[in-house]
Order: sequence, then structure tokens, then C-alpha cells
Amino acid sequence: MRAKWLVPTLYILFLMLPIYWLVSMSFKTTNEILGNFTLWPQNPTLENYRVIFTDPSWYMGYVNSISYVTLNTIISVSAALPAAYAFSRYRFLGDKHLFFWLLTNRMAPAAVFALPFFQLYSAVGLFDTHIAVALAHTLFNVPLAVWILEGFMSGVPRQLDETAYIDGYSFPRFFIRIFIPTIKAGVGVAAFFCFMFSWVELLLAKTLTAVAAKPIAATMTKTASSSGYELGLLAAAGTLTIIPGAIVIWFVRNYIAKGFALGRV
Amino acid sequence: MNKTVNQKAWLFVLPVLVLVAFNAIIPLMTVVNYSVQETFGNNVFFWSGLRWFEDILRSERFHASLTRQAIFTGSILLIEVPLGVLIALAMPRKGIWVSVCLVLMAMPLLIPWNVVGAMWNIFALPNIGLLGKALNAMGFDYNYTRQVGDAWFTLILMDVWHWTSLVVLLAYAGLVSIPDAYYQAAKIDGASRWAIFRYIQLPKMKRVLTIAILLRFMDSFNIYTEPVVLTGGGPGNATTLLSIDLVKIALGQFDLGPAAAMSLIYFLIILLLSWIFYTVMTRNEEG
Repeated sequence: MRAKWLVPTLYILFLMLPIYWLVSMSFKTTNEILGNFTLWPQNPTLENYRVIFTDPSWYMGYVNSISYVTLNTIISVSAALPAAYAFSRYRFLGDKHLFFWLLTNRMAPAAVFALPFFQLYSAVGLFDTHIAVALAHTLFNVPLAVWILEGFMSGVPRQLDETAYIDGYSFPRFFIRIFIPTIKAGVGVAAFFCFMFSWVELLLAKTLTAVAAKPIAATMTKTASSSGYELGLLAAAGTLTIIPGAIVIWFVRNYIAKGFALGRV
Repeated sequence: MNKTVNQKAWLFVLPVLVLVAFNAIIPLMTVVNYSVQETFGNNVFFWSGLRWFEDILRSERFHASLTRQAIFTGSILLIEVPLGVLIALAMPRKGIWVSVCLVLMAMPLLIPWNVVGAMWNIFALPNIGLLGKALNAMGFDYNYTRQVGDAWFTLILMDVWHWTSLVVLLAYAGLVSIPDAYYQAAKIDGASRWAIFRYIQLPKMKRVLTIAILLRFMDSFNIYTEPVVLTGGGPGNATTLLSIDLVKIALGQFDLGPAAAMSLIYFLIILLLSWIFYTVMTRNEEG
């Protein structure tokens, strides 16, 4: 069992290689990338990053992405909290069917919904707004949040609810003051997952936006095709999209394994 | 846990219901509407019954992309699940390295999907990418933009890179929930490494692995952005998976009727298979 550490190490090395390549390219000029093959930047340059941070059509992409992702996380988690409580505590007419129906929306291929979503959000006048993307992403994030929160809530004994009622707590007060703090790890994990799936999704986000709310990931594809291959710039923009993810993982690192198991271990 | 019957619980579910209904039912009805009509442009529609469904179910193009999709989903499940379990078994259980491993392994999961595609596109290019250059230097004639086998190899390698960590994290969560007493008992009984895995670790991981397989199945069946950015479905149609084909028909050719019929058939396949997984999973929960 001496070589046990070797397996995760090799795996992490494999994971880091493409990321290293992207990051190292972001410090090269496009000429160096296309001209001669180099394992690391020969003349490291910050030019690519300077372009992104000074050109509004680039950095607004980040602002847009972060805006709709944050909105989506807030909407998804606050709608999912009461629903998850209902599923974990009560039996009611059609509960199992409803739960499965919610999950089916997690299964829906985004490609199926792209065109109808475009028509729907144009019809209600929300096209090209942050709220449109945030609402569209609730399609798959709300079911996921319900699923995760229900798992965490089922782990809390019912005696907690009953004791609170005997002590004279009203339901809303109990729910906000006692219950939510009890499952705050679960709330954190659910928020993390909503953030993650909203951050990485592009097809719907791209379909529902044109200029004012365009996500950074879509900005990247457009620049790649219009002005030839600005590889260095593309790599710098890509590198910057990794950072928010890395930051949020750090915050939930202790719960991440349990969270991926949707609170059901 | 025994739950009380309470019909008022519907009120708690209401916000979720409204949100998801708005996003799911209206667009789905739009798709159903298109799937039974024919149009010659100018927003004039004619009833066409089930013609599009028959066309799609008979079309060789649909069969071909469905086959490619099945091969793709099958191969990534066969690689990612055993590999994920293997890595989870070898991971440290305590100490600072746990956090380091978890954070690093979760990284690929949080990269926007088109960045994943773009990253691999460049990483695997034979002239300027590290992977492409290395493979060619080792004597392989590797070029994923031209050769079908290489395109598939790159596509599957990319998905393994992107999603194996999900299986690792789930399996790991199952493993750390096993109390130490189980291992001590196994040691006293003189159980072999294989017996510990087969009779202690595997049963404990069954639930989380079901979730892993369910999630990986659904997501790989819906995959769109990464392969489009990586290979664009090419060379030719060699890596055109279901979603890519659907978008080509719907937005490329603007054949709304056939595209809608295909969407519904596609969705039904996923629904049916996921329902089977789900029933198996909830049965485990009660049993």
C-alpha cells in the first residue's frame, strides 16, 4: 500500500495539464503561440489581461455572468427551501409524482428548450436581461436545490420541529430562526451547486441574451470567430472564468463531498 | 422516517411549482405545437398530424446520431465509474491533503463548458497543443480534426477529464461514512482487501454510485457545448451527438416541425431511462 498516494497524484496531474496549458498560453503573445512550440512563456506578457480589464465589451461579460448567476442562486435557493421542507416532513397528494416531475426538468436537454425559451422570454419582454437568464436557469437549478436540501433536511430529527412548537414558536419564526441555521451547511451546498450549474451553462444564456446581458463565455466565442484567432486573449479570458469557481470551491471544501452526494450519505 | 399527511404542504411547494411550470410547461407546449404542424414560412401553419414523428423514427440520420450518442454515453460510463471508484479508494482519509485533493479535483467541474471545449481544442491541436504535440512526438499519427478515431479519443478523454471527479467525490462521500469499527471487524476476521471492498465498501457506496450513474447518464445524454466547441460534430458527422444534430436541424436548417418531433422523442428516451434508474434508486431507499 506504499504507492497509494500515486493514484490521486497522477489523476490530479492529468487534471492540471490542460489547465496549465491554458494559463501558460494566456501569458504568451499570439505570435509565440502560433510561431514556435514552447512549454512555458519565453517572454511572459500581461498584455492579454490588460486588454480584458480595459475593454468594456470584455469585462462587462464578467459582470453580466456574475449578476445572473447570483440572481439565479438567490431565487433558486429561496424557492427551494419551503418546498424541500414540505417534501422532507409531510406526505401530501401527489408528492412522489411531483418530486419526479421536478427531477425530469433536470433531465431536459437544453437544446430542446433553446428556441421555445427565446420565444417565451421575447414575448414577455425580458429578452436580453439578467433576470431572463436567471429565471431560465431555475429550470434545472430549482429541482437540484430541492433534491439537495431535502436530503439535508431529512437528516434533522423531527423532535426539533416539535420542541419549537411546544416552546411557542410560530412556523415562520421557527423556520427562519431555528431550522435554516440548523441546515446551513445544506443551504451553502445548495447555493454552491446553483452557482456552479448557472456559471457553466452557456447554451440557454447565449440564446437569451444579445448585448446588454451577454455572458463572458459567449463573448469568448464571438471574438474567436470575428477577429481571427486571438488565442492569447481567448486563453486569458478562459483563465479568468476558472477563478470564481476556484473561490467558491474553497468556501465549501469541507462539505463538498457530502454535497455531491446530494446530502444523502 | 414516518411523515404526517398534510395537504397544506402544497402551499410550500407552490413557488417552486410556479417557477418550474413557467419554464417547463410553456416551452414544452410550444415544442408539441410545432411537432404536429407544417410551415412554409410567414407564420402560416398547417396541421400535419404525426408525420414528423414517423419521418424521424424512420430517418437514418436520427438512427445514426442516436447510435453515436449511445456509444458515447456507454463508453464514458464504463470508464468514469470504475476509474472514479478506484481514485476514491486511494484518496487519503484525514489531514490537510483531503482538502487539497477535493479542491483540485473539483476544479474541472466549475469551468464553463465552452471553456472546457476551447481548452481541449487547443490542448489537443497537433501543431500547437501540448497533447497533440506529445502524441505526435511519441510516433502516433494524431490529428483529431481529420481522423475519426482521434476525434472520438479526444472527445472521450475530454469527458473523462471533465466529469470523473464527480464520481470520485460521490464515491468518496460514501466511503468516509463507513465507521472505523467495520474495518476493525474485518481485520479481526482476516478479510482480504477484495473482501473488504466487496462486502463493506461497495454496499456502502451503492446509493451514491446510483446517483453518480444517474447524473452522468442524464448529463452525457444532453451534452452539447463541449463537443461542439471541440470538434463541431466533425470530422464530417463522426461526432455529431443527438443534441448537436437537433440544434443543426432546428436552428441551422430551421426545420421546426422535424426538430420539435425529434426533441420530444429525445426527451422521452431520457425520461424513460431515468425513470428506470429512479425507481431502482427509491426502491433501495425503502429496502
